[in-house]
Amino acid sequence: MLEIKCPYCGKRSQNEFSYGGDASLKRPSLEKEISDKEWNDFIYYRKNPRGKHEEFWHHIAGCRQWFKVLRSTTTHEIFKTAKVNEEL
Amino acid sequence: MEQKFRLEKSGYIKRDKKISFKFNKKKYFGYEGDTLASALLANGVHLVGRSFKYHRPRGFIGSGVEETNAHVQLYSGEKTEPNAIATTVELVEGLIAKSQNCWPSVSFDLGAINNFFSKIFPAGFYYKTFMWPKSFWYRVYEPIIRKAAGLGIAPLKPDPDRYEHKFEYCDILVVGSGPSGLASALAAGKNGARVILAEDKPRFGGSLLTDDVTIGNKNGKDWADEIITQLKSMPNVIVKNRSQVFGYYDHNMMVMIERTKDHIQNPNEFTPRQRLWYIRAREVIISTGSIERPLVFGNNDRPGVMLASAAKEYIKVYGVLVGKKPIIFTNNDSGYETALEFKKNGIDPLIVDVRTDSNGSVVQEAKNLGINIKFYHGVVNVKGYLKIKSATIGKLNNNKSGYESLENIDCDCVCVSGNWTPTVHLSSQSGNKLKFDEKINAFIPNTSRQNENTIGSAKGSYTLKKALDEGFNTGFNLSKKITGRNVATTIPSSNEKSYEQQDKFWCMPLPKNKNYKRCVDFQNDVYVSDIELALREGFRSIEHVKRYTTLGMATDQGRTSNLNGLQLVSSIEKKIVPEVGHTTFRPPFTPVTIGAIVGREVGKHYRPTRKSPMHSWHENANAVFVDAGLWLRPRYYKENNETLAQAAKREATNVRNNVGICDVTSLGKIDIKGPDSVEFLNRVYTNAWKKLPVGKSRYGLMLREDGIVLDDGTTTRISVNHFHMTTTTAQAANVLAHLEFYLQVVWPELSVNILSTTEQWAGVALAGPNSRNLLSKIFPETDVSNESIPFMGYKEANLLGVPARIFRISFSGELAYEINIESGYGVFMWEQIIELGKEYLIEPYGTEALSTLRIEMGHVAGSEIDGRVIASDLSLEGMLSKKKDFIGKRSLNREAFLNPNREKIVGVVPLDKKTMIPEGSHLVMDGNASLPNPKLGHISASCWSVEYNNPFSLAILKDGKNKIGDKLFALSPLKNKNIPVEIVSSHYVDPKGERVRS
Repeated sequence: MLEIKCPYCGKRSQNEFSYGGDASLKRPSLEKEISDKEWNDFIYYRKNPRGKHEEFWHHIAGCRQWFKVLRSTTTHEIFKTAKVNEEL
Repeated sequence: MEQKFRLEKSGYIKRDKKISFKFNKKKYFGYEGDTLASALLANGVHLVGRSFKYHRPRGFIGSGVEETNAHVQLYSGEKTEPNAIATTVELVEGLIAKSQNCWPSVSFDLGAINNFFSKIFPAGFYYKTFMWPKSFWYRVYEPIIRKAAGLGIAPLKPDPDRYEHKFEYCDILVVGSGPSGLASALAAGKNGARVILAEDKPRFGGSLLTDDVTIGNKNGKDWADEIITQLKSMPNVIVKNRSQVFGYYDHNMMVMIERTKDHIQNPNEFTPRQRLWYIRAREVIISTGSIERPLVFGNNDRPGVMLASAAKEYIKVYGVLVGKKPIIFTNNDSGYETALEFKKNGIDPLIVDVRTDSNGSVVQEAKNLGINIKFYHGVVNVKGYLKIKSATIGKLNNNKSGYESLENIDCDCVCVSGNWTPTVHLSSQSGNKLKFDEKINAFIPNTSRQNENTIGSAKGSYTLKKALDEGFNTGFNLSKKITGRNVATTIPSSNEKSYEQQDKFWCMPLPKNKNYKRCVDFQNDVYVSDIELALREGFRSIEHVKRYTTLGMATDQGRTSNLNGLQLVSSIEKKIVPEVGHTTFRPPFTPVTIGAIVGREVGKHYRPTRKSPMHSWHENANAVFVDAGLWLRPRYYKENNETLAQAAKREATNVRNNVGICDVTSLGKIDIKGPDSVEFLNRVYTNAWKKLPVGKSRYGLMLREDGIVLDDGTTTRISVNHFHMTTTTAQAANVLAHLEFYLQVVWPELSVNILSTTEQWAGVALAGPNSRNLLSKIFPETDVSNESIPFMGYKEANLLGVPARIFRISFSGELAYEINIESGYGVFMWEQIIELGKEYLIEPYGTEALSTLRIEMGHVAGSEIDGRVIASDLSLEGMLSKKKDFIGKRSLNREAFLNPNREKIVGVVPLDKKTMIPEGSHLVMDGNASLPNPKLGHISASCWSVEYNNPFSLAILKDGKNKIGDKLFALSPLKNKNIPVEIVSSHYVDPKGERVRS
């Protein structure tokens, strides 16, 4: 069970959180025309890196805040966590 | 005479507390403080089981968790426990144990016939033999093999015992209370760190219990006792015995099993049997010690052959002689300690040493005592089937490939010492890539990716002095790093015997013309010949050899066999051991009862149960409940001997004719506030929200970003910047997380706050033509007319002074209202309504009637919004705004979503107007066509229409909008039904929606 540092609450065990997918992804702005490919990539395509992965976690049984985690997919090491408006 | 192998003195058992127990139906006696193993050995019982595959007789090999032969079945019936390690089972009055894997008895086992055919049952035998015919595997081969091979028998009844879980945090967890563990716990504890010291055995001290050493001016055991007393007096230290740390998981999450009950004589029935600890430790100190390695020779698995260290422990801790004519067979100095213990207790051992000599002080002592030592000799084979009677001793030839001479010597036990293997299982589990230490001929921890520190003999530091130094230093340094304090503990002086270099020779060659079975992995019945065979057949990777031969698998996890297996592979392959590598050690280190892992989460505690405030009223009204996610909702209120269908029909009919009341508390409720609330709703819902006036509700549809429908519900504008959203019961949590994601991550610029208020409001639905009249009685001060509260209107009112919210929302298609009140007043409201409703013939209705009403109206619910449909499939394309963006909109012009022949929701009526169509049935063109019969759609929900008094179903049908009036078939192979049906509109009742607006 991982130990994750919520930027708002501090270190908590993984069972308080839920995983929320790739955090490097940005929802394309719909102000301008976007191609089917661009949208398709946003909806369906995900990188599957070996090593560092930026991801969202949700402190679902805690402060209910979404935040970002930089985690190794091979060792589970967590290098850093940050609020969504901060850089990892 | 009982206990004839028990010594007069020695041992830490309580001789004044005699205990009786049964093994294989025979009664024996032991003492409090014994293990099942030590008590049996005191009675001269060595034979405890049969081997896994060949059913060879087996006896004790160890004295603790390393034991790999003596797995027994404890007790019987629901309390039975298979695969208990007899060397770790503490003796209690009335203990009942029996041998496993033997029939009819352990001394006469018919399965042993396998041994005579062992030439045709080598490694991989099953893979090669039981290949054809394929159909025989399940019916014939597997049942027979399973019966013949195996461990104990799992209980068939639920476990009657209680188990607990405990979460704990500490600075430093010390695993093992040998000299290095005690030293590190003391140093860290004194320096202010929060320490947990865990010892698997009942007694603390590890090797100090059996080794002839002094620390300071005390002998080892007394020093250990004193340190434990000190540690127990420290408020920052938790000291636990009978506690096995069996798994090292991510981020220093350590899992430990504490045995809390089985060792207690006459325990309280409410005492939990075991306690599972989840310990998050900043630093972990692994001082798990080392396990002696067996030597390999002919029939080395016969009862009477055991580890020299185990024999020593039986003498020192339990006062038990494992034999009276012992042979000590060793390739190093530590075996001599066992010989000295025998000698001290009046027994003359014979030492057989594969080395030419040794200058260790312990060897010198043995020589001085006149103990008979045969250097450059080895035990070649032992004789005796159920218990050894003699051993063949061979003088080794020049290159140790054979023997110069052989002789037979009577003996009743052979104590083997093939050096020590550090117990690296936990280190390895932590992600530590082990390295091979040539000097001690074993793998030791290298660097871990976690905060793991291995010390003492677990990393190959075999001398007491080194163990103490490492313990004190590691404990101090880690605690200093954590606490910032600087209170050092002086390392006491110590005295121990000196050991000489070991010999790496460990596998005795076969004499000419002999083909003895030489066992490498006792638990899995793997012999030298099996590993040779695997290599001959081309298996090279040690992981492949492991899987082909089963070496190092199962509950034993190679605790005794691992290194010998690797050495054998390396010698045959002419590689050095580090090149061969090692297999992966996996948790748990020792077997753990499933009950302990499950803990209290069994039966109704398996998951939380959510109940509405009105739950007890429903119970009193004879409600039959149904699980709706975690919620328990009334499915119907049973009257007399009604069936579900009869009750649903009665309740639904009463809604259509009079008025019904339904508990809708479980609907998700989300409070939304802030200046950008309406903009937010406009983005998360597909329809337009900006023009919704205060005091009105609107039905809304939410999509996922991929265009699939996520959920539906109504949202009400309480005031300009304050909204009340409802979601379906099932999706409440998902919708909240979804909304939070968009607010916090995607649109942080929106000034909106949301909060779940599901549990703050109790909710009821009032539905039926009488509902308005009743409402006027409930809220006499409020104008409830159609003008004051029109369809989708909202009004605040009060119920005898308690604030309430009235929403004119209908899920049943009837004139209907939903009333919310603070949860604490839920029952009060419900009882008021029931009382006032009597004159309007009110009846409560459950989810079954609720479904009936919504199905015949064609309202969609979770069975249609199943994560596969888009809005137009549900005929909700009118909900999709063309003027604004919303979540999921960009996905809607995907080619598949624009297909004019897509699925569409339709109604389905059986032609005979009698047969209920099972939910999940497939709609097909021809019910009697041969398979595969193309599926056109599926039945999503079925009910008995109370309006038309015939069955009615909803279905998602391909090109459904062009199929109204078509005759199809509903096929349900599961229910064996083939029903001719007609496709109709999904709006079966009141298609224009006049009733809800009346």
